[in-house]
This record gives sequence, C-alpha cells and structure tokens, in this order.
Amino acid sequence: MATTQFRYSRIPAEAEALREEVRQFIRENLRDYPPSLRAQSWMGFDAAFSRQLGQKGWVGMALPEQYGGTAAGPFARYVVIEELLAAGAPVSAHWIADRQSGPLINRFGTQAQKQRYLPPICRGESYFCIGMSEPNSGSDLASIKSHATRTGSGWVLNGQKVWTTNAHHSQYMIALVRTGEKQANARHEGLSQFIVDLSLPGITVRPIRDLAGGEHFNEVFFDNAQLDADALIGTEGKGWDQVTAELAFERSGPERFLSSMALLKTLIDALGKTPDALQAREIGRLSAKLVTLRNMSLSVTAQLAAGEHPAWAASCVKDLGNGFEQEIPEVAQLLVEAEPRQEGGSEHARVLAYLAQMAPSFSLRGGTREILRGIIARGMGLR
Amino acid sequence: MRELFESTIERLFADLATPEYVLGCEGGEWPTALWAALDDSGFALAGAPEALGGAQASWNDLYVIARAAGRFVAPVPLGEAILANWLLGRAGIEPRTGSLSFSADASLQLRKSGVSGTARAVPWGRHVDALVAVADADSPSPSLVLLSRASITGHALQLNVAGEPRDDLSFDNAQVLACAPLPAGLPADVLHLGGALLRCAQIAGALHALLAMTSGYASERTQFGRPIGAFQAIQQQLAVFAEQAAAANIAAEAAFAEAGEALAAFSIAAAKVTAAEAASTGAAISHSVHGAIGFTQEYSLHLFTRRLWAWRGEFGSASLWSQRIGQQVCEAGGDGYWALLTGQTLAPHSTLGKTA
Repeated sequence: MATTQFRYSRIPAEAEALREEVRQFIRENLRDYPPSLRAQSWMGFDAAFSRQLGQKGWVGMALPEQYGGTAAGPFARYVVIEELLAAGAPVSAHWIADRQSGPLINRFGTQAQKQRYLPPICRGESYFCIGMSEPNSGSDLASIKSHATRTGSGWVLNGQKVWTTNAHHSQYMIALVRTGEKQANARHEGLSQFIVDLSLPGITVRPIRDLAGGEHFNEVFFDNAQLDADALIGTEGKGWDQVTAELAFERSGPERFLSSMALLKTLIDALGKTPDALQAREIGRLSAKLVTLRNMSLSVTAQLAAGEHPAWAASCVKDLGNGFEQEIPEVAQLLVEAEPRQEGGSEHARVLAYLAQMAPSFSLRGGTREILRGIIARGMGLR
Repeated sequence: MRELFESTIERLFADLATPEYVLGCEGGEWPTALWAALDDSGFALAGAPEALGGAQASWNDLYVIARAAGRFVAPVPLGEAILANWLLGRAGIEPRTGSLSFSADASLQLRKSGVSGTARAVPWGRHVDALVAVADADSPSPSLVLLSRASITGHALQLNVAGEPRDDLSFDNAQVLACAPLPAGLPADVLHLGGALLRCAQIAGALHALLAMTSGYASERTQFGRPIGAFQAIQQQLAVFAEQAAAANIAAEAAFAEAGEALAAFSIAAAKVTAAEAASTGAAISHSVHGAIGFTQEYSLHLFTRRLWAWRGEFGSASLWSQRIGQQVCEAGGDGYWALLTGQTLAPHSTLGKTA
C-alpha cells in the first residue's frame, strides 16, 4: 500500500513557467512585509492582497473559465500556492474558498449556485469558512446536532458551530448539519451541506481568542436562521459523502507542511554561512524532509487531477507534514541561543515566539493526528 | 520497460531468493544459482548503452530492479553490477558479463606500471570477477579503472551487520582490464552517489515487504481475544510505519527519476536521509509489533531489519548527507532557500567546506 499510493510526479513545464512571475509579484508587493507577519502563513488576512491575486487570475485556478476561473489546472495552481505559502504571503481571506468551497460548489452546485458564488470567489472578493466542529463533536464529526428543518419556502437552521476558522471575516459558511434523524447503525446518513449567508438574521459570530491572543477561529450560533431553498448544496442526506470527497484536497496541500517556513528561513539566516556540524545536519535533515513532503504532496495532486480518490495518501501527507511543521520551533531552539520574544528582540525571536505557540494547532486543525493515523490503519485493513 | 523489468525480476527473486536461501548466503557465501539466473537474464547490463550490448534503460526504469532486490533482500551485488556497467558504458568501456562490483571508497593510483592502493568496502569483493573504482579521485584528472579479482594482492574480509561481504581489497601495480578518464560532468564521488542511490531503493523495497509482513502478523496474532491489530496502540504504530515506508519509496523514486546522465546529488542526498530515517523507524516498529518471535533466527523478520540497519549507513549515513545539504542551504541563506529547494541542485562535494 505504502509504495503503490505514491508515484513521483514532476510539475509539467507549462505550470513551472508560472513560478518566476509569482516570485516577481511577491517581491514587488510584499517588499516590506516582515518575517513576523509572514509567520502567520495562511492565517494572515489581507483582503486587498486577495483581490490583487484575483486580478492576476491566481484565485480559482481550478475553476472553469465560464465562472471566472482560469481552468489552469491543478499543477499551475500548485505552483502559485506553494510560492505564496513559501513566502508567507497573507492568503487567509480567500484560502478556503479557493481550496475547498469553490471546487465543492463547482462539483455539486446547481447552475444558479455556480453563477452566483463562483465569480466573486475567483475575483478574490468572496470568502468562505467551513462549519464542521460543534461543542460536543470534534473528531467524532458524525455526532453533530445542528440541524436544518424544511419550511414552506426553504429551511430553518438551529444549532452551534465552533472552532470555525475565519467565520468573522467570511460572507459564507459551508455548514454540515443534520437534516434527518441519526440512525444507530448508519451514523453518516441524514447529514447535508448548506451555503449559509452569515449576514442573515439569527446568526451570531463570536471570535475565540487563541492562546497567543489572536483571533482566527470562532463560535457561530444559528437561532432560527431562515435559509432559502437553494442554500442546500448537493444532495440532501449526502453531506457526509460530499465532505469526505473534499478531504483529500484539504489534507494534501503544501499548507500542511509549510506553516513554519518563515521560521526555517530566519533560522537559516541566524546560523549564517558557516554552520557547525550539528547545525548543518539539522538544517539538512529538515530540508530533506521538506523535499520528500513536497514530492508526496505533488503525487496526491497528480492523483486528484486524474480523478482518483487519494484519501489514504492525503492522510499520510498531513500527518507527516504536521510533524515537520511542529518540529521546526524545537529545532530552532536546539540550534540557536535565541529566546523567543513576543515583543522586542530580533525578527527571528519574534517569529519563534509566534510559531512555538501556534505549533500545537497544526496537528489539530483539519483532522487530528490520531484520526489521520486511524484512517491510514483502516486503509491497511487493520480496522 | 519498467513494468516488464519489475514483473520479470520479481518472479526470478520469488523463485530463487527465498528466506532460506538468503539466510544460507549470510556470512559470505556466493549465491551461485541466483547469480547464474541473473547473468542469463542480462539484468546486470540493463543500464549500459545499447551500442555496447546493454539495454540502455534509464535510471527511472532501473528503480524497480533495485527496489525488488530490496524487497527480496537478495544476497547478490545486482545493483552494484548495474551501476558499475552504467559507469563503464558512460566512459565508453564495454560492460562486463561476469560478476561485478565496485568500491566507492578507493585510494588508488593509476600509473604506467599499473594500479596500486586500496579499494575499500567492496560489496561481495571476495567473490566478484571484477570491480570498478575511480583512481586518482583527488587529482584534477580522475580515471575509471576496471580491475580483475586475479590481481588482488591483499584483502581484509568484512561483513556488514546482515552478513553481507564488504571487503577491502588492495592492489600493487595491478594491470587494469580497462581504464578511461572519468567522463566530464561526472563527479569523482559518482560511485558514492550511485551506491547511496541503490541503497535508497533497496531500503524502500525492504520496508515494503517488512510493512506487509508486520501488518499481516498483527492481523493474525491474537491476544486478549482479538487480533493485536485491532488495538489502537498497534494501529497507530503501523500507520507511522506506513507513512515512513511511503516517504522512503517516493524519495528513492524521485532520486532515480531525476538521475539523468550524471546522477542528481541533491535528490540522492534527500532520499538517503529520508530512507535512513524510515529504515530506523520501520525496523523498530516491526520488532515491537512482532514481539519475541521476531527476535529469533528462525523467523525471517531479521532478514529485513538487519539489512535495513546495514543499508541505512552504507554510502553515507543520514548525518553525512544531511550535512552536505545543510551546508549548501546555509550558504544560500534564508532568501535563497526556497529557490534552492525547488531548483534542487547540490554543489559538487569538492566545493563544500569541511564540516567539523
């Protein structure tokens, strides 16, 4: 299994040709953007920057041209997003819409839904969040209780979501909620996905401060929110299957191993051009891992492009990738005597302080380490 | 070509390189029947030019042969012969059909009177008919030399941790079977690079077999009324093993695919670091899951784990290759880092400063 699920895939030359243009754009537009902000990686929010990317045609690259996308293909999109992530560009605003919500709407949406939602996504103007976890439903996602009930003209939505990244910045949430009764032996039945306009009456978004004082995730309350009939995306009762289909996209991209890139760069600069043996070894070891992770991620991209369902391989990428991201703050402190600083100190000290605090979240968001390893074990026939 | 190579070599190994045979060859026995079959099949010439009688397969195609040798822990210098013949072909020398190996750690001088010095750690050096090495490696004009076993004047026989021969051979004014200048574009440590490349593929193959063996055992062995593989503690360990096996495989495949005409040092370095870590993790988990039965000579687990422990260090440990990458990364600095990784060229070894 382990050897058959990954096959080395090079980035095609026509996609590779985009790379220099993206680098040039980043050099011009993020000249004064400091490492301490680049450290936020895909949590860095800048709507103006997202609109600029939209103008360049670098949002919605996986979406058809008739809806404002560029249909440039998965490898061209990969080159663009890995360059942005490697530079620590602030891509948070459009990130989830570009990666996940847009492709979901394109795949399962009606003509009218595509025409309504996709063009503003591609312009970098329309932002989405994903409503999955609830107060008593984390890893056990099928136990969610938020529910939508049919009315004469649409649906009425009640319940609560939590840990919803960017809900406070987004116009829409794609929410997974219950539309049918939970069956004891069919826990994944009766779930549906809705596109929820977060400006509707009855919806409250409340940011939750993280341990470093930042506001990235939220709790979202639905109190008799009235949804139009066409808020339903895809098929009623098939929400679980639709969510599962997204997971390979969500778990295999370069954002699953590049979150600590800003620190790796300040660390390399802190070491200088003549590292000692331990420093050279550790930087080389991390670099080797990064090269391999990138090859694994590209292999999943190639499989997705071929219409395959590499959920198993995507779980491997995320688990290995998260371990890599989390290791970097530890290695940084092993190699350089620089105390982390929230304020003051060097850029390296501030990047270190930020990422040392963020690192635990890497293997929680988007599926915990234990859940991923459970998926891998199931694929091996052990469960 | 790749699919045909893989199915043919796997059938050959499945028939001949059985666990009993592998164990029987440990300690330095020459695998007479296995080598004869390989010689008949022509696999040792797979990478040599067609004009010189080879199959001119790319390294990308050769990957599956080296990986299969690892999957069956074949006790034979097949990868070594393929690499040696590829290099002879690059230098315009006709490939050898007999048993062939190489030294990646030779201090040999080629003079008018012949070749003198030592070729260290030659796989199956005591048995092979001939070996390839780079002479005068530290000079501006290194030479590729092909030496006969008949001209060996002294040897120090050594076995690695899996009982595979890794012999030091010395020569005193030995007449070469053939020699040529090392082709332009090839570094003097080309055999070190090539050796590391081969071991990466063998590690990936051995991990593949070991993972199947270990998850199979976890599904059969029952304790507390359930197969031990039903326990999350075991599942989570096997998942980690699977990730590592997958990483080793794609890293090795990338290094072969990028090898081109001169071998890709950066890809090989990254692959060896990845494979060595995967070898350590996979061997440890497989023993943990198997318990005491895996610690016996009778059960074939050790045929894989002991080779993983040997191969992870051969032709450069994870530390050595990490340091080579790390030095170059630090020279490029933080701003040049990403461009270096996406461009992926490793500076020749000789241009790198010595690491304390």
